[in-house]
Amino acid sequence: MTTEETGPHGAIIADTPDTAAGGEDGVIVELRGAGKSYGNIRALHGVDLKVRPGQVSCVLGDNGAGKSTLIKIISGLHRHTEGDFLVDDTPVRFSTPREALDKGIATVYQDLAVVPLMPVWRNFFLGSEMTKGPWPIRRLDIERMKKTADHELREMGIVLDDLEQPIGTLSGGQRQCVAIARAVYFGARVLILDEPTAALGVKQSGVVLKYVAAARDRGLGVIFITHNPHHAYMVGDHFSVLRLGTMELSAPRDRITLEELTNHMAGGAELAALKHELSQVRGVDTEALPEEGDLTAATTGEGTS
Amino acid sequence: MGMTQHAEPAVTTPPAPGPSNTKDGRTAERPLALRLLARPEVGVFLGAVAVWVFFLIAAPPVREGSAMANILYQSSTIGIMALPVALLMIGGEFDLSAGVAVITSALTASMFAFQLTLNVWVGVFVALLVSLAIGFLNGWLVVKTGLPSFLITLGTFLILQGVNLAVTKLVTGNVATDDISNMDGFDQAKKVFASSFEVAGVQIKITIIYWLVFAALATWVLLRTKYGNWIFAVGGNKESARAVGVPVKFTKISLFMLVGFAAWFVGMHNLFSFNTVQSGEGVGQELIYISAAVIGGCLLTGGAGSAIGPVFGAFMFGMVQQGIVYAGWNPDWFKAFLGVMLLGAVMINLWVSRTATRR
Repeated sequence: MTTEETGPHGAIIADTPDTAAGGEDGVIVELRGAGKSYGNIRALHGVDLKVRPGQVSCVLGDNGAGKSTLIKIISGLHRHTEGDFLVDDTPVRFSTPREALDKGIATVYQDLAVVPLMPVWRNFFLGSEMTKGPWPIRRLDIERMKKTADHELREMGIVLDDLEQPIGTLSGGQRQCVAIARAVYFGARVLILDEPTAALGVKQSGVVLKYVAAARDRGLGVIFITHNPHHAYMVGDHFSVLRLGTMELSAPRDRITLEELTNHMAGGAELAALKHELSQVRGVDTEALPEEGDLTAATTGEGTS
Repeated sequence: MGMTQHAEPAVTTPPAPGPSNTKDGRTAERPLALRLLARPEVGVFLGAVAVWVFFLIAAPPVREGSAMANILYQSSTIGIMALPVALLMIGGEFDLSAGVAVITSALTASMFAFQLTLNVWVGVFVALLVSLAIGFLNGWLVVKTGLPSFLITLGTFLILQGVNLAVTKLVTGNVATDDISNMDGFDQAKKVFASSFEVAGVQIKITIIYWLVFAALATWVLLRTKYGNWIFAVGGNKESARAVGVPVKFTKISLFMLVGFAAWFVGMHNLFSFNTVQSGEGVGQELIYISAAVIGGCLLTGGAGSAIGPVFGAFMFGMVQQGIVYAGWNPDWFKAFLGVMLLGAVMINLWVSRTATRR
């Protein structure tokens, strides 16, 4: 799949392209102090994020941290209410997902990526159907769609006997992969993956991660949303941690270790307090737990790597 | 559904270096008969044949050609409405106002033309606008509010029912509209909407032809066009459909307007075949249309179904309605018969699809 060498955690170490000289170019999607309020509830505030081609930007956070809101802004489902959202250095305000798609931003949602009762090939082309013939009798080019879908899925290593089977009958991992293959085929430049591994077993997660790496190697910018730091660290080039709607950490891969990331994700400072309480309970070995001081490294970086 | 046992292991297959044309070989083809039975249209077709055979035996007059023409005519007036109601149901919505909307359309055309003594075509045109507007309003309210279409169209159902009665009384002082058969353009319009022709000594109503043409068109649109793909998608999973760029609002509103169009068409047929319209009619018809769609294999929750299934569903209803008369039974039994058929059909459908798709 990938040609990069393998690091100590079995992770794929990407050679981070040096973009300092190039300045802003190469950045496809950028958020500057972006936020979103629903009425008087501020779901997201002051988020900075940069997505470059051929890089995986991981966004981690616990439930309710604002991950979904972030995706919804970038994918065009909701509009941001503060800060700037730039695509190719131009400020944008999407009002439909279609507009985001037209800019090359494709989102693979955790559970709303597909229409379960529809056949695989119809799902693959849903919303971007191939047609033939002049208007009054313009019709779906079923032959070509099936062929293309089959070809693209095989490219991604997914072999299906029957493209007519409802996509709901595929396994979770397969569905994710079909959705990723679809986004790649439709010329996505930025791929947003919403917790693609959350509902999967170990093996299937591995397969999905392989496709994430494959998409990155094809030159796509990937935003990988997850709450699993291990999965993030396997493919990520840059890590952002959200907490209570704000950015708690933003660091390139070479400035953070898996342990630090895990601690941040687990809620570092809170855990240290919890450790103190736990130390008063019999039978809990708190010596092995990290101290708060261990977590200060690389707390806030600038934009990206 | 039956071909899914391989689903789990397939994902562990290492990515192929390039496209190869081999099947993964972990599924066995199921027998053709089972695969056919799994299709709801086939189930309803067999049901329709069973009802037909039943009445062929129970009611000897049904065996004549003229009786069959009559049965098909009855089926066509149900069937023309059942088609868009089925498409709407596949698109995930209901329209309870479909029955009275037919009468609203006929009343509008009749009264508009008669009171202003215009050519009937003006009335026909205005009625089309009114019907499409009702459909648009239903659809717009549903997509804007996000409320269940059951509630929204229950509202329009009650509104239209009241308006039909009240406005007719206000304008004509009567419960029915005035006879428009002497007006300009009537004969022309009757030719279009309510004529009949003879085939081998049997009078065939033109609505039968319209019904079958519309059914063929609906099938083509549903299975072979973008729009058809969108109908399945908005009914199957609205959020997914929106997320991949399907115009959900447009699809839903246009489906409601399609029901409006069919209501106009059937309304015009009623007007030009009976010359006058009873303002209180149409109540309860919407349930017949919905039943025909459900018997025809359309999923009540949306996302699955066909246009050909409701054709057989409507035929079953027309068959029973006329068959009871030909058999010399009390027509009051019709509704009871329908209820039994509906229950029977959905249960047989359920059983068949479970059996045929068993892993």
